[in-house]
Amino acid sequence: MQVREVLGRSDYALISELIPEGARVLDLGCGDGSLLEWLKANKKVEARGVELKRELVQQAISRGVTVYQGDLENSLKEYPDGAFDYVILSQTLQELRQPLQVLQEILRIGRYAIVAFPNFGHWRVRLSHLFSGGAPRTKLFPYGWHDSPNVHFLTIEDFEESTRDQRWTVEKRMFLSGHTRGTAMPNLMAEVAVYLLRR
Amino acid sequence: MTTETQFARFDSLPLDSGETLRDLQVAYETYGRLNESRTNAILVLHAFTGDAHAAGIDHDGKPGWWDNMIGPGKAFDTERHFIICTNVLGGCRGTTGPSSDEPGAGRPYGLRFPGITISDMVRLQKLLVDHLGIPRLLAVSGGSMGGMQALEWAVAYPESVEACIPIASTARHSAQQIAFNETGRQAIMMDPDFAGGDYYGGKLPARGLSVARMVGHITYMSDESMREKFGRRLRNREEFSYAFEVDFEVESYLRYRGSQFVGRFDANSYLYITKAMDYFDLSADAPSLAASLERATSRFLVISFTSDWLYPSYQSQEIVNALRSRNHDVTYCELSSNYGHDAFLVDVGEQTEIVKGFLGRCQREFRGGVACK
Repeated sequence: MQVREVLGRSDYALISELIPEGARVLDLGCGDGSLLEWLKANKKVEARGVELKRELVQQAISRGVTVYQGDLENSLKEYPDGAFDYVILSQTLQELRQPLQVLQEILRIGRYAIVAFPNFGHWRVRLSHLFSGGAPRTKLFPYGWHDSPNVHFLTIEDFEESTRDQRWTVEKRMFLSGHTRGTAMPNLMAEVAVYLLRR
Repeated sequence: MTTETQFARFDSLPLDSGETLRDLQVAYETYGRLNESRTNAILVLHAFTGDAHAAGIDHDGKPGWWDNMIGPGKAFDTERHFIICTNVLGGCRGTTGPSSDEPGAGRPYGLRFPGITISDMVRLQKLLVDHLGIPRLLAVSGGSMGGMQALEWAVAYPESVEACIPIASTARHSAQQIAFNETGRQAIMMDPDFAGGDYYGGKLPARGLSVARMVGHITYMSDESMREKFGRRLRNREEFSYAFEVDFEVESYLRYRGSQFVGRFDANSYLYITKAMDYFDLSADAPSLAASLERATSRFLVISFTSDWLYPSYQSQEIVNALRSRNHDVTYCELSSNYGHDAFLVDVGEQTEIVKGFLGRCQREFRGGVACK
């Protein structure tokens, strides 16, 4: 069974491809735990999650997922070095106050980081801004300027630059446009980017 | 279901103080049925003034103290699990305590009862669990002092505990918690009827014990729940008495709870059990809390409540962080409730859901004697 058919998210499909059988996995911002539940059932991973929202934490527990209720920017320091094989940060990077510090922590506690984020450089975002003159509003960035959870607006170019600055190794980069994978000119054409990083 | 309290007897129990208690009795109740592989047993641990009667209705028509959590389809599901609850060592509801007769002395122990600890209580529970023929408990769980016992179980007998669920609890009493307990103890001991603890058969130190209970009750509620329940409402009157009569609803409530308590609880047990809680410090014999939890191999579910100021969430988080720092399997959730410390007893809707989900997984993934993190 394909993960996308179960969970309806293409980034989850890519993430699950990256994770081998039996890995130790931490999902930051794990929501209702559905990805971890899927990984447990299909990849026999040792699954842990961190989630801030109480209702989601309760749903994750009901799914039999080990989850810690806490703010992920402050809850990583407790984990020992190398505690996990893979640490997932999916669609959350743009909401973090200190994204680089969080990524550094992730690469301390995990051998690999899997980072998925919406690309602010996508052509629809650019056109929306160009023609409306207002903050871009697209399917991927549906919020008004005042109610967006996003505090950083990064593009694939920006992220590439940070990986070079931080001297992280990019093991794999994958791009999505809708449910279609792999695009030429990703910074213009990709809606979502998924990176596999290590220190 | 009508429940029956049962009793087991044990020859002796070595205590942390160095003394040994002889000829002990343990009161316990069980609900549900032990499966053939003996892998569905859950030990439920009561808080300070609880007893073995955790669920169902007893012969006096009284429901158990966690009846909303234990039963068919409930969090601790008697159709799937075998639930055991036992009165603690030092208690006054059927298990040996200061009101029990001292062997050979022809009178109750009173203050001649040796000082006890949470780990002494757990050591006695282990004798009972062995006596019932259960090699490994699916879970140990309790709120408040029950949570301390659950933690102690996970550290003292890791091979016997699959899952540990401490609720609204702590790994050690804070100065504030000790202070409230000491206030209660002083109220009891300053009552002239206390008579050095030898009040049995005479007048009980009822005033001291009821004041102690009044203080306790305040700490179990929250500012918000007291405002909702009583506000500043007057009790059966339109105007103030301008004397020291009962003016406010809340005064009437506390006095009622205090006097009612005297009929069901022994003052000496109050002293011994509160001291045991104050002595409790899971990290006492190790360099850190994390180091002391190193031995534990259980999965943990830790729950706290937003309005609980007696056992605040930071104390639960301390346990959780210590466990996370050693990469233990620990789930943590702070539930939203206005009921203060009492929430684990009265506001059990969400608590039920997460305990159910967690236990379901622990049962599916029961690891038998295999120790792993």
